[in-house]
Parts: sequence; structure tokens; C-alpha cells
Amino acid sequence: MAEAAATTIERPEFVRPVETKAYGVVQKPLTAWEKIYDSGTARKTFLLVVMAVAWELYARWLASPLLFPTFGATVKAFWDAIADGVLPHRAWFSIKVLLQGYAIGLVLAALLTAFATATRIGADLLETLTSMFNPLPSIALLPLALIWFGLGNGSLIFVLIHSVLWSVALNTHTGFKAVSQTLRMVGRNYGLTGPRYIVKILMPAAFPSILTGLKIGWAFAWRTLIAAELVFGVSSGSGGLGWYIYENKNQLEIPAVFAGLFTVIIIGLVVENLIFRRIEMRTIRRWGMQT
Amino acid sequence: MPAPSTHKPLLQVRGVTLQYKTREHLVTATYRVDFEVYRADRFVMLGPSGCGKSTLLKAVGGYMEPTEGEMRLNDEVIRKPGADRMMVFQEFDQLLPWKTVRENVMFALTSSGRLKGKAAEDKAMQYIEKVNLTKFADSFPHMLSGGMKQRVAIARGMAMEPEILLMDEPFAALDALTRRKMQEELLQLWNDTRFTVLFVTHSIPEAVLLGNRILLLSPHPGQVKAELNSDGTDRTLSDGKVLSEHIQDMLFADAIEEESTHG
Repeated sequence: MAEAAATTIERPEFVRPVETKAYGVVQKPLTAWEKIYDSGTARKTFLLVVMAVAWELYARWLASPLLFPTFGATVKAFWDAIADGVLPHRAWFSIKVLLQGYAIGLVLAALLTAFATATRIGADLLETLTSMFNPLPSIALLPLALIWFGLGNGSLIFVLIHSVLWSVALNTHTGFKAVSQTLRMVGRNYGLTGPRYIVKILMPAAFPSILTGLKIGWAFAWRTLIAAELVFGVSSGSGGLGWYIYENKNQLEIPAVFAGLFTVIIIGLVVENLIFRRIEMRTIRRWGMQT
Repeated sequence: MPAPSTHKPLLQVRGVTLQYKTREHLVTATYRVDFEVYRADRFVMLGPSGCGKSTLLKAVGGYMEPTEGEMRLNDEVIRKPGADRMMVFQEFDQLLPWKTVRENVMFALTSSGRLKGKAAEDKAMQYIEKVNLTKFADSFPHMLSGGMKQRVAIARGMAMEPEILLMDEPFAALDALTRRKMQEELLQLWNDTRFTVLFVTHSIPEAVLLGNRILLLSPHPGQVKAELNSDGTDRTLSDGKVLSEHIQDMLFADAIEEESTHG
């Protein structure tokens, strides 16, 4: 045993020339199928088509247009409502209110987070407020809003602000807290302080979670708005998408109800896939903060 | 070489005690440390982990205040971070991920108000060229290797032309080959521009190679043990030992004392 360990086997050294050409195949073009499967748009389109077919088949099997209209009937009602201008008008009404509420919510969230970043009492305030109000459904505030602001956009915007403010502020604040110590020190090394430090260092560094906050805020706002419009949507003779759905339900125009829901879904898909996806591509993916 | 006494030191550290709080303890990182750095020095702080060398560097950077003693740069007491003391950190995440190499270097110049627009860009490119990254000027940090990121950080620090460049083990997280190359490049850069650098390391060979003056610190808490000269060649001392062996013996003496007091 000891002897075996003591003697090592002699081997000659060698140096080998390295092959510089003729590696064989290093790169191979993808097949058409691989290319299609590689595209996220293609995969998602395929899923949407499968769901539409399933809907159509189930509705035909059920054969009860009043309860569950077919995909075809819904698309037809959708086109008709677009053609006579009702649906675009209603959708625009909803989006306008939504954007107002969203914008005001973002400004308030920015102020609150800035205050929370600057002072410790501000951070406590933000944490307390978010833990109190974030779990409170916006729609629960609607009765109160109606008393305070009356039937109209004021009440809608109030509940929208409530639905945006807390999730955006909470995510931004959490994002700021997670910024690496090294990056903070780098920023201070350049002599950055106050608002310039927040805008130039903290905000880009925390952008992944800020973006998550924006997305959650958007979804909450959209949900809240449609729900609020279902309760009341008429102000000076016009209403939004929620009111459109409610109206058509009362008239038993079920395909139109589905068309209304369809519009809500489509707007959601467009905002997520066109707007937020673009922002993501140009920022956090480009910067390597998200894969 | 002129005698130091005829020149004023650039950085004076006098009796500096540094303490920081953890959740349970008040830790004394260094105890009454004195040293002086002169212009164009390659001043290395060397010591085992726990000797407070990084903490000392952070204090010079202005990120923490000494509980005792004071630090002066050009006779002004250091109170807060500033662009006259540029830091190069060990971490690869010190570059701003949302800016390209060029923008990272430029941003340091513009946000500190040194230069603007075209002038900032020219200065940035001049130093990016010095670290051989011209080809990668428009790449984002996540596309670069660790060594390249550190080169950008060094370019950024040097482009600011600070009074003193503070380097906190900038090559410690690199592989041996890259580290070797970066050390040579740093010496080359120093030969070109003769900047002043305060360099923290725990590697004896690195200290001997890079430093012209080596401050040896003992651990728990950090205290000055010796200050030695080096010419970069690991010269043989009068007792027949080479410099790195001599340093090693001094550091080991500490370790053995520790053992006997603790054990």
C-alpha cells in the first residue's frame, strides 16, 4: 500500500498542435419549425387560436346563445358594435378616465416614495399606509366616493387613485431598498445627492420592481374601473365599457355582453404586450437586469 | 528621490479609530492608525481579513466617520464622499447596468460637473482607449467579462483625474491569469500618468508587485505593524530573505499570537 503510493507512474509529456480549420459543423441553420416555435408571438397566437376553437365547439355543443354565445356570434357582435361606433366610444371613455386616475396615482406614489426615501418617518408612513390600504379593495370605497364626489368622473378617479397608489409606491420603495450598496456608493462618489441621486441612481437601479409596480397598478386600475362602471356609469348621458356590459345584460343582448368583455381583454393584452413589453425590452432586458 | 520631509503629504491619516455597529456588537475595525500618502505613491494596505483595511479605505472615501483621529486630503478634513477620491470596488456590479461603457465613464464626469457634452465624451474615450476597451465602448456591462468590467471601473476612476484613486481589492474576484494581466496594465497606466493610488489587498505577491510603499496591518483591530518599501521585484533583504517572505513571517507571527491568546 505504502509502496504503491510512493511510486508514481512515469509518463512522457506531450504538446499537440491545435486544429485551426475543419471543426466540422459549428453552426447549423434552424429548421422552419424551430424558428416558428422560437417566436413567442407564434406560440401565444397558437394558444389563442386553440382557446377560440374550444370556445366555439363548447358553445355549439351547449346550443344556448342566451347563456353562452358562440365565438363567431361574439366576434360578429364585436364588429357590429365597432362599426356603429358605440364600442370605440365607450372604450375611449373608460381609457380616458383610467389614464387620468393612473397619472394622478403615479404622481402621488412618486411623492410618497421620495418622502419615504428621504426621511425615516416618511418610510414609516409609507409602510403603515400601504399595509393599511393596499389590502382594501378600491371598490369598497365607492359608496363613500359617491357621497363625497357625486355620480361622475370624480368618484371614478378617486377609486382609481386608490387602486394605483399603494401598489406602485410599495413596489418602488421595496425596489429602492434592494439597490446594491456598491451602486449607492458609486453614486455618492460622484457627489450625487437628493433628487438627482434618486432619479439618476435609485430609479434606474430599481427599475425592475418599479415596472412590476406599474403593471400591477395598471391591472388593479383597469379592474376597479370596470367594476365601478358596472355600479354606475352614466354621467351626462355617456358611460364606459362597464356600463356597456351592464346595459346589454339588461337587454339580454348576451353576445354584446361578451363583446364588451372581449374589448376589456383585448385592451389588457395590447397594453401588456405592446406597451409594457416594449418598455421592458428597451430597459431592463437591454441592461441585463432580467433575462 | 526627494526626502518626504521636504514634501507635504497628499493624504494624512492621524490616529484613526474606526468603529461600526452590527446588530449585536460594536466592532472596532482599526485602532489609532497613522500613515501618510504622498503624490504619485502606489500605497498598498496589506493585511489578513479582519484587519480593517477595507473599512479604512471606505473612511478615506468619506463613507464613514472616524470615532477618533482625523484624515486630511490636501489639508482638508475628509467629511463626505466626493469625486476627488474615486473608488474602484471589488464587486463587478459597480458599473451602472443601464449605461454603456462609454456612458458609464461619461456619467461620472458629467454628474460631478467636471465636464460636459463633447468634452466629457472625448475624455471618456481617451481613458477607455487606455484600458483597451475602445471596441466595447457601446456595450452594456452585462455583456463584458469580469476583467473587462474592472477595466471600465479603472478607466472611470482615472478619467475623473482624482487626487487619489482608491482601490478595494479590485482584482480579487478575477482568475489568476486575468489578475496577472490587470496588475501589469495598472503598472503600465501608472508609468504613463503617475496617478496616486491607495490600494487594498490581502495578497502579499500583489502588494510586493504593485506597491512602492506597503502598510502592514495586524488584525482585530487593525493596527499599523510596519511600513515597507518595495521596488516591485521582491528584492532580497539584508538577512537573506526576500521581501515577500519577510512580510509573510510578520503576518504569521500575528496568526500564531492569535492562536495562543485565543486557544
